[in-house]
Amino acid sequence: MPRFGMVIDTKKCVGCMDCVVACQTENDVPQGFAKDWLVTEVTGTFPDLSMEIRSERCHQCDNPPCVYVCPTGASHIEDWGKTVQITEDKCIGCKACLAACPYGARFTHPDGYADKCTFCIHRVKEDLDPACVSVCPTHCMHFGDLDDAESPVNKLLNSRESHVVLPEAGTKPRVHYLK
Amino acid sequence: MSPVEITTSRLNQHVDPVLTVWAWEIPVYLFVGGLIAGMMIIAGLNMLRLAKGERSEDFNSVQSPILGFLLLNIGMVALFLDLSYKLHVYRLFMAFKPLSPMSWGSWILILVYPVLISSSLIRLPQAWPWLGERIPIVQRLSEALTTRTRVIKILGYANVVLGICLGIYTGILLSTMVARPLWNSAILGPLFLVSGLSTAAAAIHLVSSITPGSPSPSGFLGGALAALVQPLGANPPGPGTQNSLVRADQIFLSVELVLIGLLLVGLLSGSASQVAAVDILMSGKYAVLLWAGVIALGILTPLLLQALQLSDRIRHTIIPAILVLAGGLALRWVVVGAGHASRMVAAGGM
Repeated sequence: MPRFGMVIDTKKCVGCMDCVVACQTENDVPQGFAKDWLVTEVTGTFPDLSMEIRSERCHQCDNPPCVYVCPTGASHIEDWGKTVQITEDKCIGCKACLAACPYGARFTHPDGYADKCTFCIHRVKEDLDPACVSVCPTHCMHFGDLDDAESPVNKLLNSRESHVVLPEAGTKPRVHYLK
Repeated sequence: MSPVEITTSRLNQHVDPVLTVWAWEIPVYLFVGGLIAGMMIIAGLNMLRLAKGERSEDFNSVQSPILGFLLLNIGMVALFLDLSYKLHVYRLFMAFKPLSPMSWGSWILILVYPVLISSSLIRLPQAWPWLGERIPIVQRLSEALTTRTRVIKILGYANVVLGICLGIYTGILLSTMVARPLWNSAILGPLFLVSGLSTAAAAIHLVSSITPGSPSPSGFLGGALAALVQPLGANPPGPGTQNSLVRADQIFLSVELVLIGLLLVGLLSGSASQVAAVDILMSGKYAVLLWAGVIALGILTPLLLQALQLSDRIRHTIIPAILVLAGGLALRWVVVGAGHASRMVAAGGM
């Protein structure tokens, strides 16, 4: 059984936002909302500054607080792929998951239910990459099975130093950023 | 390395730049929930005294459940209004998720309803005589309850246990969210429980002060208000009974003050995110509401006025009770609002 994750090479990302546009188109994201987005972070002390551009989305945590707080089971971990998904029909729009996510990855769809990135699981089930990964012009985004030692994502993680966002939250996110 | 600048292309409504997913409905619901919880505990303890054979004239009514029932409906309406996918509300009762405080809460409320209704029956026909006349079964059920000590004892225990569960749950609902450092404290459950007890004592005292004496009002609201404060009889409680409520409220308010102090100490000695969250309570609009609204006007002023009243230095007024109720609502408002604004911060940059 796979456990999907993403590895993003921040040295290759140019912040073109193609991933954001591809997601909006593929998933029919309502206007004014975003399931993935770009974060630009400048760190250091002048003049020794460094900049990292990150394509962010739901981090598909292994320890997902959004799933734990959901009172109806609408937010759940799917058996195949171990991704965090939302069953719209079960959602009541209590917004507990929005408050519980340390990444602010969820929003309330104009129709009322909680919504977020699905890792384009509908495409993955057809053996395709998520839309954001497939359109990236610099090939900085990689998608695959983190439990498969031979998968390209694992080989990348083993070859380079990487980090995740807010490890302090203890959510064990599955979107890794190569430094 | 510490971040110098972070920019994001995301601007999702009610998430960015600051989380604002819960508006007035949730603080109001938490306040009403705490109030009901406190009323249930006070009423339950009085029911146990009644079952023991103590004179019911000596303590406050076993009938706060009538007003509790009315308030619960207000709380449930507020909760329903908050839902953004309202037609699916029934889904709450199609599952039980042990890790979700909201799931626990929805099932606790399902249990609270029948206990409040059953408890209300004890004095319902006296509060609303017209109801007993039009629906005789209500009268018969009430007689069956009031004549059986064992039933009153069971209802007493049910009120106390469910009241504690309801009061603590309103705090736990928030405290399990690691993403909101201000809420992420185990103190929040006991704090909301004690605050609920304090507002309940104040509410019963307030109603007992404004309700006319004998004969008791029997209208829809008047009957409920009278039933709230009166023992199993037609006359309102005496001054001694009111004083016992004020004394109880002084204990609750003092404990509440200590718990707020412990909450702040716990946050200040916590993670970087929790320390940053305390800043939200030290400056800006939430600081004014917490220090002036909750602590100065909602706790310290009533404590002083109550002490002066009990020592007969000033006459009894409803002002302390009103301040305690306003302070209880302000506490929920501050905790929910400031908790929204608190977020996890990266301890060491990226």
